[in-house]
Amino acid sequence: MKITGAQALIKSLELEQVEVMFGLPGGAILPVYDPLIDSSIRHILVRHEQGAGHMAEGYAHATGRPGVAMVTSGPAATNVVTPLCDAYMDSIPLVMITGQVPYAVIGTDAFQECDTVGITMPVTKHNWLVTDAQDIPRIVREAFHVATTGRPGPVLVDVPKDVSNQLMDWEWPETVDLPGYRPTTKGHTKQVKDAARLMGEAQRPVLYVGGGILKARAAEALRELAELTGFPVVTTLMARGAFPDDHPQCLGMPGMHGNYTAITAMQKADLLIALGARFDDRVTGKLDAFAPDARIIHVDIDPAELGKVRRPDVPIVGDCRVVIEELVKAVRAEKGKRSWPVIDPWREQLREWQARYPLVYEQFEDGPLKPQYVIDTLRDNSPDDTIVASGVGQHQMWTSQRWKFNHPYTWVNSGGLGTMGFAVPAAIGAKVGKPERMVWAVDGDGCFQMTAQELVTASAERIPVKVAILNNAYLGMVRQWQEMFYEERYSEVYLSPDLPDYVKWAEAMGCVAFRVDTPEDVEPTIQKANEIDDRPVVIDFRTDYREKVYPMIAAGTSNDEVILDPAHDPHASGH
Amino acid sequence: MSVQHHILSVLVENKFGVLTRVAGLFARRGFNIYSLAVGPTEDERFSRMTIVVDAESAPIEQVTKQLNKLIPVIKIVELAPADAVERELMLVTVKATAEARSQITELASIFEAKIDDVGYDALTVVVAGPPEKLDAMTVLLQPFGILELQRTGRVALPKLARRPAKLRAVRTRTG
Repeated sequence: MKITGAQALIKSLELEQVEVMFGLPGGAILPVYDPLIDSSIRHILVRHEQGAGHMAEGYAHATGRPGVAMVTSGPAATNVVTPLCDAYMDSIPLVMITGQVPYAVIGTDAFQECDTVGITMPVTKHNWLVTDAQDIPRIVREAFHVATTGRPGPVLVDVPKDVSNQLMDWEWPETVDLPGYRPTTKGHTKQVKDAARLMGEAQRPVLYVGGGILKARAAEALRELAELTGFPVVTTLMARGAFPDDHPQCLGMPGMHGNYTAITAMQKADLLIALGARFDDRVTGKLDAFAPDARIIHVDIDPAELGKVRRPDVPIVGDCRVVIEELVKAVRAEKGKRSWPVIDPWREQLREWQARYPLVYEQFEDGPLKPQYVIDTLRDNSPDDTIVASGVGQHQMWTSQRWKFNHPYTWVNSGGLGTMGFAVPAAIGAKVGKPERMVWAVDGDGCFQMTAQELVTASAERIPVKVAILNNAYLGMVRQWQEMFYEERYSEVYLSPDLPDYVKWAEAMGCVAFRVDTPEDVEPTIQKANEIDDRPVVIDFRTDYREKVYPMIAAGTSNDEVILDPAHDPHASGH
Repeated sequence: MSVQHHILSVLVENKFGVLTRVAGLFARRGFNIYSLAVGPTEDERFSRMTIVVDAESAPIEQVTKQLNKLIPVIKIVELAPADAVERELMLVTVKATAEARSQITELASIFEAKIDDVGYDALTVVVAGPPEKLDAMTVLLQPFGILELQRTGRVALPKLARRPAKLRAVRTRTG
């Protein structure tokens, strides 16, 4: 049967069980948008291509299925570079389809031509330029296979317009044949045994859990391992929710804005079991001073992560779920052979730190609204399984610190790339993937202004996300650094609380909007917002611009030098 | 070749853009390529790249692991210099006045080089061999005045087994 390349592309996406895609049409991709009309795939028309990419990421975060987006050539392709890079840094499975000028004119600087494959090579796991329509089904299969297996990541398929129009003989490949791509999933048996033995010798162990746990659908397995060993667990920014915050063994987030106990537990550990984590500089602080006494077990599906930053004593290449299940068996065997160490003194020490150094802030009744109070109230008035998306900056750190993530796949954020403006489109994508769940975007005023136009998409497509803007009228995190490290010389960080008028703007985009200035209005307004389920809601919370994120480890310093909130530092106040 | 080098023999899919992927990876990870030679192999589906990496710029383990993540990379073998046959080709155009000409041809015959082109006052010499031989010949030609010089970058294969070759096959599986 002869069909066009465009028809073959849509048919291939259907066969890959794509239910929804995000995109915006244009010249070079026109042929592909035609058969889309007759397809079962739901298409969500965005207002900016970057939004399509982040929505696809949010969808993938929330569902674990690959996010799919489609845009045209040239400027549209360059507009998706940011989401591709974001997905690459955070290992998000993403399939991006771009139109390209006809193959016959590639290289002539044609209208809306750009070297999409060249530009996106460093920010994709792999990319393809289709030169013959006959290759489309095979390339689409390969693209989904590469995006979703091994260490997941974004891929891009660039389709020239004449290839979309070309007739081809439809044939769906039964298998994928990529001789240079064979991810290792099963851990090396001897290494797993060695790991179990080290775990049986540790006095001060910590399970250092990263985003790989979520990618590997390994939250259940992790819980079994944690409860079997009794070891404390830290969950990195990418792993919030991978282990329940309400579990007694959970220490919460480590790193630059982690809590004292999580940071110090890693620092004083004699064994770190890194599971799907990559020793990011935001976690380790100054590398030479990081966890100096710890031996390292490092489990990752990407062999290049093992030894990239810190040399492990026991490296294990494999899928986190598979390896953790093997580890559970190996630990059981080890426990049967000899006495398992008692780590009660270590747990006692951790409890003492938790009691002495809690996360603190103070909301005065008549004082300015504290961002932490907004987040706490939002948390306490929303369902336990609410999905929370965030942008990047202070609001992101406060949300990660204060929310109780008790379920996996409830935290959607941009960790590696730190993409401001991620929250609104990512929340929309998450809500599309999980329509039955409440989805809140906690955003900053700076972030909101970067991608807010996607609320038009949300209104038009009836995607009822909710947005809490923590409006402190500043690029808050930059302001914090200028205050702390640049002698309070504030350079280009003031944004104004009233310009734009967020309530009017949100209303113009079809949302219900509220403004909250005082602590007593926070709870009733959130309750009102949570009752609305047919439209997006935006709340403009006017928060205290002076509030800073604590604890903090200054860039380039050791994790031994945790800066606590001066108002609450027991050392500072003479305890 | 004063600094420490590693020789990687990399089997890749013979598709367009593969060289860009490899070269781009080296650039963005901060690995230095000392020399690079690419050519077809006995199997037309594959090409072989012989990449000489400056060992100081990156631990070789990271280089090979990152290379392995590229989907068109099929196999990487690290060749220890002592256990590899390395060859390189060099073209040198050297000033050759009438009286110098015979000295240069004599030198060329010692090095088993050939005179490939003769001009009014210059000669182009072609020489193939291990990189050190090319280095030596360059030094000896310098006094005559080198006008132009071009080397291919080395190609290498493992030495055959009189004793077992110390090949370190790097895992081909990627993540």
